[in-house]
Amino acid sequence: MANGTLYMPETEPNYLDYRGRFKGILGWILSTDHKRIGLLYLYSMGLFLTVGIFFGFMMRLELIAPGKVIIEPQTYNSFFTLHGIIMIFLFIIPGLPAVFGNFFLPILIGAKDVAFPRINLLSWWLFAIGGGLAITSVFLPGGPADTGWTFYVPYSIRSTTNVLPAAFAAFILGFSSILTGINFVTTIHRLRAPGMDWFKMPLFIWSLYATAWIQVLATPIIGITLLLVAVERLFGIGLFDPALGGDPVLFQHLFWIYSHPAVYIMILPAMGVISEIIPVFARRTIFGYSFIAFSSLAIAFFGSLVWAHHMFTAGMSDTGRFVFSLLTFLVAIPSAIKVFNWIATLYKGSIQLAPPMLYALGFIFLFSIGGLTGLMQGALSINIHIHDTSFIVGHFHYVMFGGTGFGIFAALHYWLPKMYGRMYNEKRAKVGFWVLITGFNLLYFPMLVMGWLGMPRRYYDYLPEFHVYHFISTIGSWILITGLLIMAVNLILGVRRGAKATDNPWGGETLEWRIQTPPTHENFHEIPVITGGPYEYKINENGQEEKKYEEVT
Amino acid sequence: MSNHESHENHVTGYGVYLLVWLGLLMLTGITVAVAGIDFGRITITVALLIAAIKSWLVLTIFMHLKFEDTTFKIFVFVAVITFVVFIVLLFADYLFM
Repeated sequence: MANGTLYMPETEPNYLDYRGRFKGILGWILSTDHKRIGLLYLYSMGLFLTVGIFFGFMMRLELIAPGKVIIEPQTYNSFFTLHGIIMIFLFIIPGLPAVFGNFFLPILIGAKDVAFPRINLLSWWLFAIGGGLAITSVFLPGGPADTGWTFYVPYSIRSTTNVLPAAFAAFILGFSSILTGINFVTTIHRLRAPGMDWFKMPLFIWSLYATAWIQVLATPIIGITLLLVAVERLFGIGLFDPALGGDPVLFQHLFWIYSHPAVYIMILPAMGVISEIIPVFARRTIFGYSFIAFSSLAIAFFGSLVWAHHMFTAGMSDTGRFVFSLLTFLVAIPSAIKVFNWIATLYKGSIQLAPPMLYALGFIFLFSIGGLTGLMQGALSINIHIHDTSFIVGHFHYVMFGGTGFGIFAALHYWLPKMYGRMYNEKRAKVGFWVLITGFNLLYFPMLVMGWLGMPRRYYDYLPEFHVYHFISTIGSWILITGLLIMAVNLILGVRRGAKATDNPWGGETLEWRIQTPPTHENFHEIPVITGGPYEYKINENGQEEKKYEEVT
Repeated sequence: MSNHESHENHVTGYGVYLLVWLGLLMLTGITVAVAGIDFGRITITVALLIAAIKSWLVLTIFMHLKFEDTTFKIFVFVAVITFVVFIVLLFADYLFM
């Protein structure tokens, strides 16, 4: 609930039509408007996602049958490396914070922009430069990196491929992430509208806040670690390579001190999106607001302390393994709090299966599978059995793609009408969802099964008994890509030629639904005064809700 | 903004900067000197302790944290605590290898 004249219809141009100092493409790539920067991220990420999907598709195609199918082993090694680097550093880590965080964070807290608009633009430039370098490294002499996205030593010290450009790209992308984090923390502390105290903030903001802290605190560690790898490669200083007197386990510790919290950089904002969508389409206030809010902080905190569960077979001490196994189990508690709260919100709600809601429900289903298989791996005995098998690959795709990926798609379907002022075809969106989730499970579930049976991950070839699982998985990848294409075409057509969207197509109560569609350059005509919580659905004198989404049939 | 005003009220003299710089140099000297001595299990503790004192000097004097308002101090405190926890957990593995 908010008071004040939030916008003056038709008097101010929207941010898409707004003419600043520069025109044309410069008006975009030099714009400090958080909404335009959000879209810049969206477009660049769309590009990187397409490249990442291509590599994934080729890997699956190669694995459709034992032996060589289309690519050589060395190419295969490079493909899974690039698939990992691109999907993780260029799509899923920046994903929600950079696109939807940039676009909606200021609007949701009633601000005109982020605290440091120029730093915001700088972070996009760093992202674009880092992304460009990662892609360029494929074509430089020496060939694309083949270490896996984890850059494990000593192989990353000895590989003759372009490990350094790829690692340097990740280093630059890290800075982009840190700058975004600093910007968001400051914005949330300093720019909340009058009356918006911490417990009146939408839950997406809580999740961005928790994420931003991890970005600021953990990212420098990967930066310095990759720099140390460069020092070791270039100057032969023995840090990690045992042949030079270094300690490879230390590299793994340092790498995962960042890279495990990075998993929570990816998943937390997605959980925030789900917390926004569920109350709107269940027409109920969120169940357990403060528990969801604090569980974000708890996930950020505990999630930062569990990194060594990636290394249980790497030669750790028993005490170390015990401690990290215990901590891993603890992260499940705040994660489960969220899932149970969403389900409790749905209970006795007036549920409408609009496309954003379908994706949100898909998220809960897939994330639950991903989360529970994660718990299995937290147990030491099971972990040793399934370490480095395709069970792990299946698990993290359920979390990363089924969780964060579906979170991004949910956010796209939820906020796209506000961002562009046009609506996509809802029927087609639902078809896309069902094709996507079918393909998804066909692609990744067999990985869980064959991993359990002993299929190692990253292998180019395999024993005949695994053929059937690989075959189903590859067929699943085709269905999944079909679903993605349906979704992408539908959204692009919607943005270009869709019907005009109203200011509040879903009947949401948060601030973005109370301003113009698409928003004006400065979001609000007057900074609003916040008087109530974000999910209070009002009943009018006729006993009906004032605003309600009407399903298109 | 109140904290901007407080910046101007706290101008640190060159003398203090010079002293801190000399102090940092001295601590670096000590780090190098003790690197050759085998303290056994507490070698790393000694090195970290000296590094911590140096960081504290840089943060409070050079980076003006001493004169900032409490929010910033809390932020830096959170970062420091996180770092300490990372190191403690790292040694939950290393000490028992």
